[in-house]
This record gives sequence, structure tokens and C-alpha cells, in this order.
Amino acid sequence: MTESPDIENLAQAMPHGTSLWEDAVHRLRKNKLAMFGLCYLLILVLVCLITPWIAPYGYEEQNLRLGAVGPTAEHWLGTDTFGRDLLTRILYGGRISLLVGFIATFVALAIGVGYGAIAGYVGGRVDAIMMRLVDIIYALPYMIFIILLMVVFGRNLLLLFLAIGAVEWLVMARIVRGQIQSLRQQEYVEAALSLGLSPAALIIRHLIPNALGPVIVYTTLTIPNVMLLEAFLSFLGLGIQPPQSSWGVLISYGVETMEEFPWLLIFPGLALTVTLFALNFLGDGLRDALDPKASKD
Amino acid sequence: MPQIRAVSFVLLFSLFLSACGGGNSETRVEAGNREGVLHFGNHSEPQGLDPHIVTGVPENHIILSLFEGLVSKNPYTLEVEPGVAESWEISEDGRVYTFHLRNNAKWSNGDPVTAEDFRWSWQRALSPILGSEYSYMYYGIVNAEAYNKGDMPDFSQVGVKVLDTLTLEVTLISPVPYFLQLTDHHSMYPIHRSSVESFGAADDRIAPWAREGSIVTNGAFVVTEWQVNSHVRVEKNPLYWDADKVKLNAIVFYPTENLVTEERMFRDGQLHRTEEIPLEKIATYRQEQPEVVAIAPWIGSYFYMINTTRHPLDDVRVRKALAMSIDRELVSETVIQGVHLPSTSLVPPGTLGYEPPKVFSYDPEQARALLAEAGYPNGEGFPGFELLYNTHEDHRKIAVALQQMWLENLNINVNLVNQEWKVYLDSHNNMNYDMSRRGWIGDFVDPYTFLNMYISEGGNNNTGFANARYDEIVLKEAPAELDRDKRYKLYREAETILLENMPILPVFTYQFKHLIQTSVKGMPTNIMDHYNYKYVSLEPQG
Amino acid sequence: MWRFITFRILQSIPVILTVITVTFFLVRAAPGGPFDSEKAVNAQVKAALEARYQLDLPMHEQYLSYLSDLFAGDMGPSFYYPGRSVNDLIFQGLPITAELGLYALIFALLVGTLAGVFAALKPNTIQDYIPMSLAMIGICMPSFLLGPLLVLIFGIWLDIMPISGWGDTPGDKVLPSITLGAMYAAYIARLSRSGMLEIMNQDYIRTARAKGLPEHTVVIRHALRGGLLPVISYLGPAFAALLSGSFVVETVFQIPGLGRFYIQAAFNRDYTMILGTTVFLSTLIVVFNLLSDVLAAWLNPRLRYQFRQ
Repeated sequence: MTESPDIENLAQAMPHGTSLWEDAVHRLRKNKLAMFGLCYLLILVLVCLITPWIAPYGYEEQNLRLGAVGPTAEHWLGTDTFGRDLLTRILYGGRISLLVGFIATFVALAIGVGYGAIAGYVGGRVDAIMMRLVDIIYALPYMIFIILLMVVFGRNLLLLFLAIGAVEWLVMARIVRGQIQSLRQQEYVEAALSLGLSPAALIIRHLIPNALGPVIVYTTLTIPNVMLLEAFLSFLGLGIQPPQSSWGVLISYGVETMEEFPWLLIFPGLALTVTLFALNFLGDGLRDALDPKASKD
Repeated sequence: MPQIRAVSFVLLFSLFLSACGGGNSETRVEAGNREGVLHFGNHSEPQGLDPHIVTGVPENHIILSLFEGLVSKNPYTLEVEPGVAESWEISEDGRVYTFHLRNNAKWSNGDPVTAEDFRWSWQRALSPILGSEYSYMYYGIVNAEAYNKGDMPDFSQVGVKVLDTLTLEVTLISPVPYFLQLTDHHSMYPIHRSSVESFGAADDRIAPWAREGSIVTNGAFVVTEWQVNSHVRVEKNPLYWDADKVKLNAIVFYPTENLVTEERMFRDGQLHRTEEIPLEKIATYRQEQPEVVAIAPWIGSYFYMINTTRHPLDDVRVRKALAMSIDRELVSETVIQGVHLPSTSLVPPGTLGYEPPKVFSYDPEQARALLAEAGYPNGEGFPGFELLYNTHEDHRKIAVALQQMWLENLNINVNLVNQEWKVYLDSHNNMNYDMSRRGWIGDFVDPYTFLNMYISEGGNNNTGFANARYDEIVLKEAPAELDRDKRYKLYREAETILLENMPILPVFTYQFKHLIQTSVKGMPTNIMDHYNYKYVSLEPQG
Repeated sequence: MWRFITFRILQSIPVILTVITVTFFLVRAAPGGPFDSEKAVNAQVKAALEARYQLDLPMHEQYLSYLSDLFAGDMGPSFYYPGRSVNDLIFQGLPITAELGLYALIFALLVGTLAGVFAALKPNTIQDYIPMSLAMIGICMPSFLLGPLLVLIFGIWLDIMPISGWGDTPGDKVLPSITLGAMYAAYIARLSRSGMLEIMNQDYIRTARAKGLPEHTVVIRHALRGGLLPVISYLGPAFAALLSGSFVVETVFQIPGLGRFYIQAAFNRDYTMILGTTVFLSTLIVVFNLLSDVLAAWLNPRLRYQFRQ
């Protein structure tokens, strides 16, 4: 039988097939809040990166005689009690806050993905023990320990990254393990193994990329948590130390003088809140995009 | 569903309303004025109430209300007044004091206060293992130091004798002009022997005798409530010998750690007196309510101590350059609102008439020259150092300003480090610092209380400074000099030696800053920030 | 069911032991002993003090001694407040923190579930967007920002609420409770919304509606039970978060609760107090997690089997 001409037309009439990723991107584009979040973040990261070149004043530049004044033409966001320009300090503060956010999250990511992938792949007793360990650490009141760590070992940036990262990797590990476990049972895995692919290569080249979906979502949602945690510690006096300032530090200074100089609290507060907004919207959007049926959590 | 919406809205709103307390009822201060209850902002939770062990100002405030020593001090003039001792004689050579105790001084449980109470209490305070940090206050007494250091276990050799039930004789090694003042320090207060010993050995620091319900005291007030981190309430003691003169009925001490919150409590009418004033508020208060502002000189010095064993601070030229390149006037005016006064000496000027020597002044040119001489022209090659301060907004502000000044004037980099109190003290004791902020409030009104910090063996030295001539003046020559002018001349010589070597970098002379409601009478400012609650009364505001 | 409970209890024991051990050695490693003070203390006195507090014993002996005292219920004397025991201090601060936590939790549950259910009823409309945006603000605004802002607006500018204290002035419990509960109200709102959405799309709900039941009966008697399940599971972690959130709120509002004690103890190097509080709080958290898991399992038999895997 010859092919019916309808089939050819049909092939043309059908929409072009899309992969999982293209579907996700398409859904994400439609989510206005998430797109706003993404744009805002890109702009923020860009601005913070070039801050040393574009900041109107030096970071430490004091003007004692001026003291604290509200927004003016010379100082768009006002100054603090030392006469330091607030806009400059918020920009530099953003560098630190974002840095801590990204690096600590990256640490958590690296540990979590590695740990979870191994547990999920190997399975059996090793998996049981590894996950038991995760359960135990997860049950520890991490806030108490972080405070203790910072108090005991002094406040330095490196320790801060490690401490925060050490806390956030747990859920990542659980997620990755779950994903790897279910993927591992798929047929193509067995096929690859029987073809002689090494387990390491399997994990790295096939399993992890396919497990990436939830990992990306969770990473985007971890960054704001990390930033909040850093701000919280700085507020207690345990995080970033002067003369460096993160947004958390700026907020804690602002609280002290919020009645006389409310702008010192409002602007850094806004910076932090809006950034967290953007990250959360983006994260939610990614989650919806990658798996619209997943329940919000 | 409209019903659910309506119901929940009503519920929440009424919850909110009911929680919003009475809007215009009497404030705590107004109630206090009426009832004679003083509400006192006391900065931090007292570590304890054992007068021989505590060291902090907040503890002292409370102990002043609970205990009384041989003498007390007039809050207006700081002159000595009879306390438990109603009279005393001093021998010709100024070494023997004979105190006659009054016969109606009582403990809060009714027992009479006797000379033996003092003898025993002083023995306990000097116990080698109690670790009273003020035991040096006693060292003017014959053999007291030897007993305290464990070198001489027989206390009967110490110059404290009970002549009879109400007569106490004290013998000093050499005359000490301010000895009477010393006996009004809490480290020399009496404690009640049988109640202390009922809780364990008297020299056991952690025996729980000094708590509400069990502590026995001899002062104008007794402890009735002590809720940790909440408040300590003391009430008038009817058994106190001078109870007729005491006008207050009670005092409540609040651990108001956060000075911003403390100021708001004052404004809200919840406190009669605050321990501090936030710097940003001072200008406003001075303009709008100057009558509640109490800022006055305090016998204290704010300076930076330097670890002279550490490079590059081991070079005296570097230290001098640092001292001469900070504009104290500017910092005082702008950063701290004129609260502390610029100072170029260790001993606060005017300490009972003492005028310190002036060895240097603000001179950036000269400072740069000195730095160049030391090998760092224009700051080149200067390795930098760390400036340590204890965690507090004021200290941070001052340190940040100075850091900037050093950068601008000398082109050098200084790192700021802050540590909380305990770690900060640890760093000092282990000399694990480069330069550190230091404050010292005098224990009594005499330059000696400052100068004796920097004797070579001084436990509070921690700088590596040791000068034989300095030690000689401070420990031997000056105490032997009875004539005050001659003694001050010797002190000036010693202080000049100190400042020439600059192991400390003077910055300010302290002033204390409090807010006090106008209804409080009888709480004048004095250079020791000393309180004598017998004089305090509350006037209901019209 | 009992097997499940026993299993979970057994699981919790190594956790608590780990907490005790890790904290014990961590605290001992800290610089700045409890006896450092401004006026130097001589060596003899220091030795006597250390003997009294058992700090002169070798580390493992101190550890074992501490453990045995702990199991007898004695958490030792405080290093910072001579004459007070850790038990004393913890039980002074605990009722206050518990009350604060309770009010915050009630606020979070009430406001959160109401908002979430409300939003779920008309998804993707104004009724949904407003509560969810407020919820997002709640998540993104840390308590140390929200607290001072509330104080600024209600305590200072409007002057209708007290600004600090707990139980001193009428109404001073409102702002701290709201500040602490806000973030959890936000999470609970989101959780209940998504939980409700999932349930509302189920067949048995459609059946109930088809039967002609009034809407509010459908929601309250049928949907809520399943829809609120995620909220119940969240209670355990929420409790833990509330406890640590209380540190900041107690500091901002000057509330004499356990959180503030803990922070002070850390700064004061009050070893025994740090240990005691950490152990105590951790045990509470573990217990609460246990209860919350049990409750969730009781409401949803499927979960019980999940834990067996």
C-alpha cells in the first residue's frame, strides 16, 4: 500500500516535538514572577560584580562632620553616622551576602550530591548506614551548634561557609539519593552497565544529569535560606565582622538607630527582602516548570 | 465561604484588641513615684551578690543597697560618713584606726552586727583560695598580703583586732590617706557568718548562700525577689539602724542589656534611671529634655593598651606616632557626641586635684616623621596590626573612626577584631593581642588606683612594660610621702615615664551618661558614680 | 503502630547521645575559660576553682562524670552564676520560652491555615494572590527585621503596643508572638494551600459535592483532614525552628527566656549551662519530632509503611 498523503500532511501539521528541558524553559518563561526574579538576580549579580568600578564612594570613606543624613543628590540612599555612603555599602554588602549565599550553597551542593549519589547508587547496607547518619545529623538542633561553633572557634569567613554548608547538605543528599535510586532501576542503566560502562562514569554522565531537576530547584531555594542564616548570625554578632559588612550586618546597625535614621534600616532591609523574594519566586517557578505536579513545600 | 471569613476576622480582631492592653493607665514610673519604688536600669544580670567575689558595676549597684561597711559616702561630696561604725580615731602616725561600731546595727535576721563579724569577714575575703579579685584593697593592712598569698597562714598576725564586741582596731603598714574610703568598697563589707557557713565552707565560691530567701544582709534594703534575666527587687529593711532616714520603699533593678531598648523603656515611663544613653539620642535629649540628662565626669580612663613585645609595636616611635595621629577632639565631638573627653594621660585630670603631665598632643606631621624614623616612611612596609575591642557599639564606633584616621594620617592598615568579654579578657591575660581597647574605672579617688596598674608585676599590666624607676615611685616613694603636693609631684614623674614609653595609648577620660527622671531626688552625679540610696526619694510629678 | 513508635524511640537515642558528646567536647575546646576576669586571678585560686568544678580531671573522666550526673537529672552548677545550678536556670527560662513558642505556634497555625485554605478555595484569583504574596513576605523577611519594624510602627510611631518585656505590661506578649510566628504562618499557609489543592481535585470530593453537600461541609469535614496533613508533618521541624527563632526574638524584645540564656551562656563560656541547654533543647526537639511523626502516621496509614523502607 502506498502512504496516504494525509500522513505527510499530518507530520507537517503536528507541532515540533519538544524535549523535557525545552518544555520546562517554556513553562518558566510564562511564569511572570519567576522571570522577574531571574532578571532581578542577573542584574543584581552584574552590579555587584562591577561594584568596585562603579561605586560612587570608597567603602570605608568617612565624613565625620557630615554624620548621618537622608537621601540627597550626593548620597542617593543617605549616609550613616560616620558619613559613609549607604548605597556604596549596600552594594559591597550585597557582594558579601551573595558570595556567602553562593559559596555555602555550593559547598552544600557538592557534599550533598556526592553523598546522595553514592548512597542511592550503592544501596543496601551502605545506603542504610549513610542515611541513618543523615537522620542523626538532621535531628541535631543545627542553630544551636552553629552558634556554638562560631562562638568557640571565632568568627572567620571560611568557618562560616563550612558551618552553613555543613548544615544545608542534608536535604540535598536525601533528594539526590531518592532520585538516583529511582533512576537506577531504569532499563537503560542495566543496558549501559552490561555494555561495560563503569559505575563512576554511569553516575557522572547519566544519573546525575537526570537527577538534576530537583537539585536545581532545591539549590535555588537553598541560597535564600543560607543568606538568611548568615544575616541572622551577623545580627547576633557572630557572622561577618566589621569592617566587612553584609546585608545582615547593615540591618543590625540600622536597627540600633532606626528611630533617628530609618533609612539605615529600610534600604538594607529592602535589599535583602527583595533579593530573597526574587530567589524564592525563581525557585518556585523552576519547580513548577520542571514538575508541575509536584506539591509545594 | 463568607461565614468562615467573617468568623475568623472577628476572632482575630478581638484577639488583637484584647491583647492591646490598657492604653492610658498609669506608667510604671508614675506608680513608682506614688509607692516609693525606684525602677533602676542596671545594664546586665548580676553574676551574684557575694560582696567579696563580684567585680562588676551592676552587681555593685545592688550590693550598695543590701550591705553596709564601716563607713558610707555622701553622694554629693563623696565625703566619708558613719556607717556601721559610728565614730573612729586615727593615731598620730596615721597607721592605727580604731572603729567604734554602733550598738543598734542589725543583720536582716535580727542578729547584731559586731566587730567580730568584720574580722571574720575580712579573713574570709583574704582567704587564699577564695580568689577575691579585690584582695589588693586590703594590702595596706599589716600582713594582709602575706596571708592572702598563702605565705602566712596565721590570721592573728594580720593587723585586724577585735578589742571588744563593738570595737575594731586596724593597723596599716604605712599611712594610707584614702583608707577610710576603701572600707566603703564592697570587698570590705561584712557578711553573716552562720548563714554563710550553713551552706558549706566559707571559702567555697559556689556555695549558694547569696540568693534570695537565704542571703542575710545588714543594709538599708533586703532582697525579696530575684528572677534571673528579669529583675531583682529589694525592699526597705525595717531592722536597719537608720531606717527612719530611708525614704524609698523598694528598688527594682532591671538587666537592660540593650541600650536602645533601655532608652525606650525610659521614654515609655518604665524606668526612673538608665545605665546608658544611645549616642544618637544624646543631641535630641540635650535639646528637648536637658533636665533628665546626667552626663558628668567619671573617674575612669578609656585607652588602648599595647603589647610592647609584638612587632611593629615594639618600637616606641611607632607607638608615639600612633598616639599623635588621632584627632581626639574630632572623634569625641562627632562619633560619641561629646560624651567622653579627649585625654592624653592615664590618670583623669582633676582626680582629687591631681593634674597629669602633658607629654604629647595631636600632631600628624610629627607622627609621620616618627614613623619614617622607625623605618616606615609614609607607611611603606608597615606590617599592620590588629586592634582588639570588646563587643559594644560604642567601642566599635570609636575603633572604626581611629582606624580611618590612621589610614589617612599615616597611610597604614589596621585590622579590627572584636571579642566578647570573656575571650577578650583571656586575650589580655595571655598577652594574645597587638593593641586592645581598655577601660579602667578607679576604685577610689586617688591617682594610685590608675598608676598601680602598670607596675612590672601588676596582674593588670599585660603590656610588657616594666620600668624600675616607675615601680620605685609608685610602690615605695609615693605611699611614704604624706604631703599631698609632694606625692602628686612624684606621681607626675611616674606618669611621665609611663607616657614617654607609651605602653598605653590614652584616648578619653570617661564621663558616664544616664537618663534620670525628674521625680528622682537625692541621686546627684559624683565622680565615682556612687549611689547612696538612703538619700533618694521620689516626688510624684505634678 | 506500637512497633513504629518503639522503633522511632530507639532511633532517637543515638541522636541524643551524639548531641551530648559533640557539645561536651566542643565546649571544652573553646578559648576563654569561665574564670577569666578583668582583675587577674592568681594561680592558686584558679587551681582551687578548677578542682571545685572538676576541670582538673582528665577529659574522659569529666565526660563520664557528667553523663552519670545527667542521667540522675543533675546538670551541674552554672559556671557563670556561682550558687545557681543549671537546672535552676533552665527551669526559670523554660516556661517563658514555652509560652512564647506556644503563642507563636497558635498564631502561625490559625493565621496560616486560614490563609492557606482561603487561598486554595479560589486558586489563581485575587483571593489566592494576596494571601500568598503576604506569605512570601513572611518567608523573606527575617524576624530580626520584622520585629524592629513592628516595634517602630506600633510601639513608637503609633504608641499602642509595649516595646519590650514579657508579662510586665499588658499586651507585651503580642508583638513578640507575632514576630516569631510570622515566618511559620507563611510556610503553613503555603503548605495548607497546596495540600488543600491536591485534595480538592480528588474524586471523593467531587462525589461529596455531587451528593449535594453544602460547600462548607465538604471543606471542613472532608477536605481538611487530608489537606492539612502536610501541615501536621511540618509541625516537628517547625517546633525546632521556633526554638531557634526564639533566640532572636527574645533578644530583640528583651524576654528572659531560655533562648536568651543560651546566647548569654555561649558568650560567658558558661560550659555547664551551654551543655545543659543544648542537651535539653535537643531532647525536646527530638521528642517533638517523634510526636509529630506519630501524629502524622496516625492520620495517614500510608506514612507508617514508608518509614519501614
